Amino acid sequence: MLELENVSAVRGDRTIWEEGTFHVPSGSIVAVIGPNGSGKTTLLTMILGLLKPGSGTLRVLGEEPRRGNSRIGYVPQNYAAIAGDSIRACDMVLLGLTGTRYGLKRTTASEHARVQEALAEVGATHFADRRMSQLSGGQQQRVAIAQALVSKPEMLLLDEPLANLDVRNQQDIVSLLKRINAESGIGILVVAHDLNPLLSALDGAIYLLDGHPHYAGVDDVVSEELLTHLYGTAIKVVRTAQGDLFTRSA
Amino acid sequence: MNPAAIAFQSNWVEVISSDFMRTAFTAGTLVAVASGLIGYFVIVRGSMFASHALAHIGFPGATGAALVGTSVMTGLVAFTVIGAVVIGLLGKRASDREIATGTVLAFATALGVLFASLASENTSTVTSILFGNLLAITTGQLIIFAVFLGVLAVVLGALFKPLLFASIDPAVAEARGVPVKGLGVIFMVLLALVVSMAVSVVGVLLIFALLVTPAAAALRFTARPGWVILWSAVIGVFSVIAGLVIAAIVNLPPSFFIVSLVFIIWLVSVTIRRDSSPPNSAGGHSGHPAGN
Repeated sequence: MLELENVSAVRGDRTIWEEGTFHVPSGSIVAVIGPNGSGKTTLLTMILGLLKPGSGTLRVLGEEPRRGNSRIGYVPQNYAAIAGDSIRACDMVLLGLTGTRYGLKRTTASEHARVQEALAEVGATHFADRRMSQLSGGQQQRVAIAQALVSKPEMLLLDEPLANLDVRNQQDIVSLLKRINAESGIGILVVAHDLNPLLSALDGAIYLLDGHPHYAGVDDVVSEELLTHLYGTAIKVVRTAQGDLFTRSA
Repeated sequence: MNPAAIAFQSNWVEVISSDFMRTAFTAGTLVAVASGLIGYFVIVRGSMFASHALAHIGFPGATGAALVGTSVMTGLVAFTVIGAVVIGLLGKRASDREIATGTVLAFATALGVLFASLASENTSTVTSILFGNLLAITTGQLIIFAVFLGVLAVVLGALFKPLLFASIDPAVAEARGVPVKGLGVIFMVLLALVVSMAVSVVGVLLIFALLVTPAAAALRFTARPGWVILWSAVIGVFSVIAGLVIAAIVNLPPSFFIVSLVFIIWLVSVTIRRDSSPPNSAGGHSGHPAGN
């Protein structure tokens, strides 16, 4: 779903990362990891077509990135922080479908049905009529994912979807992502600080190391050497009884 | 205007059926509807402070109009629209905007005082700019109000969904191709038109009561955008008309009663428990409440 050929990320006259050459297979679940300020969100911005690569060629779903690409669903960080008291969850999701449309054309029955479908997909049906501010962090995240899914994209970008969630809600969101990936084959890119809650779902990871982005399958990413280098602090990989892999500071 | 004195006007029925009162009712209704249309967006976008500031920016326009020999309305519109474009183009972060807006606001108010004294405006003119004077509205202004309301309705109708998207969820709207910044500037210009109208009803200092409070009260009862807009318009129109009638009965300035009615409706709205199902109802766990 992503092809990078010697791509660099430049904001103003500052190069954030460069020499990105890799290929991310379609339909996979991929984490984007790296220390603060390494350019994870910048990569998303480029995929969304909001920032052009400084050099090289970037192809998203086989085409040039372009702003307003309805093949991509996007869940930004700090969702619904501003107007949460003034909007209901279902209207939030509806905006993902009709929010780009000018004029006062009424929402059609099939559009309403699609909103209900998206809400059901993420398990948000029973709180769809509540205001965003009345929802828990995990519920808000579900609504955000429903809004991104409602236009039936082929790729989902999530920026720190697990931040500010407790362990149980993190697990719920991860299994939700796994399920929608398995059901629809949608490609999922997740920017994350912490790899642990995502490990069970990941096919691979884009990691930003020393100013260069790389892609590797999950088995290669979960190595003590790489993670220690990546985060600049000692990381230990532990295999638990359940067979899960965990990374943690030594 | 007559010097104010609290006295029951036995002829109030005659007063409210007079021509100038009919103009006042019509003007007040137009302004209240316009405020209702834009109030929801003001709250959703967090532009409460900006709307207040725009009114203050209009103050030197209104007082300065006499200096260049033009109408108060022209001065108001010119200053608020320019102010709106500048605020709209300023930095994205609300906190940056607040400092910039507040600073300009203070300067504008000072200019207004200067212009008022240079033009040797009498105090009653300045008072009506500051606190509104619905009874002084002319037929010419009425036509301008109707045109502004028409423009507002058409533009808001055309932009409704993208504007809502951009207001509530700017990051996603931007990614989906909605011109977030352009819509922001257009919104501010519309707001400037409404502010210019509303100044004539409640004045520079009381603008919040008409532009923000009815929508805030409506939002307590419903979060459906269409219904919030309808309810804010209803609350605004009711307050303006009832305020005018009470003012006629006791022969006092209408602004006080209009703002008081809005205030009482808002007070009632915040004490009533708003629409909500019990938290964390059946089906699925939701963990701790959101921190924001």
